[in-house]
Amino acid sequence: MDLARIVELNAAYARVIDNEQFEEWPKLFHDPCLYKVTTADNLARGLEGGLIYADTRGMLEDRISSLRNVNIYEQQRYRHIVGLPVVLGQTNGATEVETPFLIVRIMREGAMDVFVTGCYRDKVKPDAQGALRFAERIVVCDGRRFDTLVAIPF
Amino acid sequence: MDTHLDIGVWPENSLARVPYWVYQDEANYKREMQRLFEGATWNFVCLEADIPNKGDYRTNQLGDLPVIVVRDADGKINCFENRCAHRGALIAFDDGGNVQNNFKCIYHAWSYDLCGNLRGIAFEKGINGVGGMPKEFSRETFSPRKLRTTTLFGLVFATLSADTPPIEDYIGADVLGRIKRVLNRPIRVMGRFVQPLPNNWKLYVENVKDTYHASLLHTFLATFRISRLTQGGGVLVSPDGGNHSSYTIAIPEGKNATAYKEQQIRTDNDRFALADPSVLDSVEEFGDHIQLQILSVFPGFILQQIYNCLAIRQVVPRGVGKMDLVWTYFGFEDDTPEMNRRRLKQQNLVGPAGFISMEDGCVGGFVQRGTLAAADQVSVINMGGSTAESQETRATEASVRGFWKAYRRHMGL
Repeated sequence: MDLARIVELNAAYARVIDNEQFEEWPKLFHDPCLYKVTTADNLARGLEGGLIYADTRGMLEDRISSLRNVNIYEQQRYRHIVGLPVVLGQTNGATEVETPFLIVRIMREGAMDVFVTGCYRDKVKPDAQGALRFAERIVVCDGRRFDTLVAIPF
Repeated sequence: MDTHLDIGVWPENSLARVPYWVYQDEANYKREMQRLFEGATWNFVCLEADIPNKGDYRTNQLGDLPVIVVRDADGKINCFENRCAHRGALIAFDDGGNVQNNFKCIYHAWSYDLCGNLRGIAFEKGINGVGGMPKEFSRETFSPRKLRTTTLFGLVFATLSADTPPIEDYIGADVLGRIKRVLNRPIRVMGRFVQPLPNNWKLYVENVKDTYHASLLHTFLATFRISRLTQGGGVLVSPDGGNHSSYTIAIPEGKNATAYKEQQIRTDNDRFALADPSVLDSVEEFGDHIQLQILSVFPGFILQQIYNCLAIRQVVPRGVGKMDLVWTYFGFEDDTPEMNRRRLKQQNLVGPAGFISMEDGCVGGFVQRGTLAAADQVSVINMGGSTAESQETRATEASVRGFWKAYRRHMGL
């Protein structure tokens, strides 16, 4: 797997969220897929539960339509700083990748605070058109405290 | 309303009026710690499943009071203040673990047995007869404060007060029955998260007890046309007001997953149909058509059943304007893989990122900020009257008034 293609996928992922092009976000996943937000602590204890758990692209789309149309929260956006990916291996045609990230949350009144840091544990593989997509993205947050609410995915 | 109250004074003898200073006043917060969390109340400290073996322990807080909960050699669960009798350092400074026979304070190596008794003092006799503790020093009089513990359907509660009634009496028969219906077999923790909230702890507890807001603030179910207007339900309030259980009863034909899907088909052309309604594929697991139950035990314990999504929430005050909401998602030991997956999917509904519960994270902060200049004003809590009895409707604020009934009694307000 060409590292540059993984970097490009990660950059596109961060960009669609930070630019609030949320409808583009599910398109970066295969269908079915696995997207889960959890903590390093839960993972270490073998606890499966997640803040967000989606195993189809439809569930990812529902996240977005809910945050666009339903959920009520103070206006906010993210700035992702995504580190360099490390390729860990290959399984069943997918490449296993690990990438650290940091997200600053920018609130309506202008505060810019570190909201979450962690590590993406991914399985990526090309789709039918050859575009690299996530078969799995487990968002492993370093801490377990999530201030106020999590409206936008990590 | 243009009354002007003095801080610390309750406006009138009404459960339907609550002064805003109660969410802001530092002195009142200190009194809450003493009279509520360290007073005659039962406080959730851990699950029995968290400490199955001798020496297993967890740390927690009753308000500002840090505690250790530990299982001793006899299988008994003990709870004592997490504060070394010597200089006051935390004895345990992690979430939990296992100790063999004693806890040892890292500062000067004073040690405590699994009942919280001070057992060992490093260099108690000094060195070569020089130094050490005075001869008259009595270890027995210098132990951390001990709490009473009780267990209830796998939950462990603790109290610092000798006056707290037995937990069954404290909770009341109606609400107790609603805990039992959920916690009817051994549970399995599925995940833990903490949600710091920018509001006084009572604003969250009121929110939990507020059956009126649910369908108005949380529009996920309504917007996706999944809520059923024909649903029955109501709210049970314990005689002392402090504990409650609100519930929604599924229409008989709506009790299985097929009905959800049929409902989904009918809304297929709707702009807001779910792309993947499997998030709501639920099965009846308690045999009583109650598809949603929110339950609280005064002051800060919450048990939640939303479809097959089960969680315990603990309210931990963090000063007058902040709190932590500690989430423990759980299922049962005998869950099938299908049920496990169903619970994982439904966990999307709750927690900090919950489709249904997300708004509860911010609305308390909106009240906290909205009332900053209104310490001498009151909120109006009159839906469903001005008393705090059980009601067969959810368009009521009866259980919120119940909270204030219990609060005022404990606080002497």
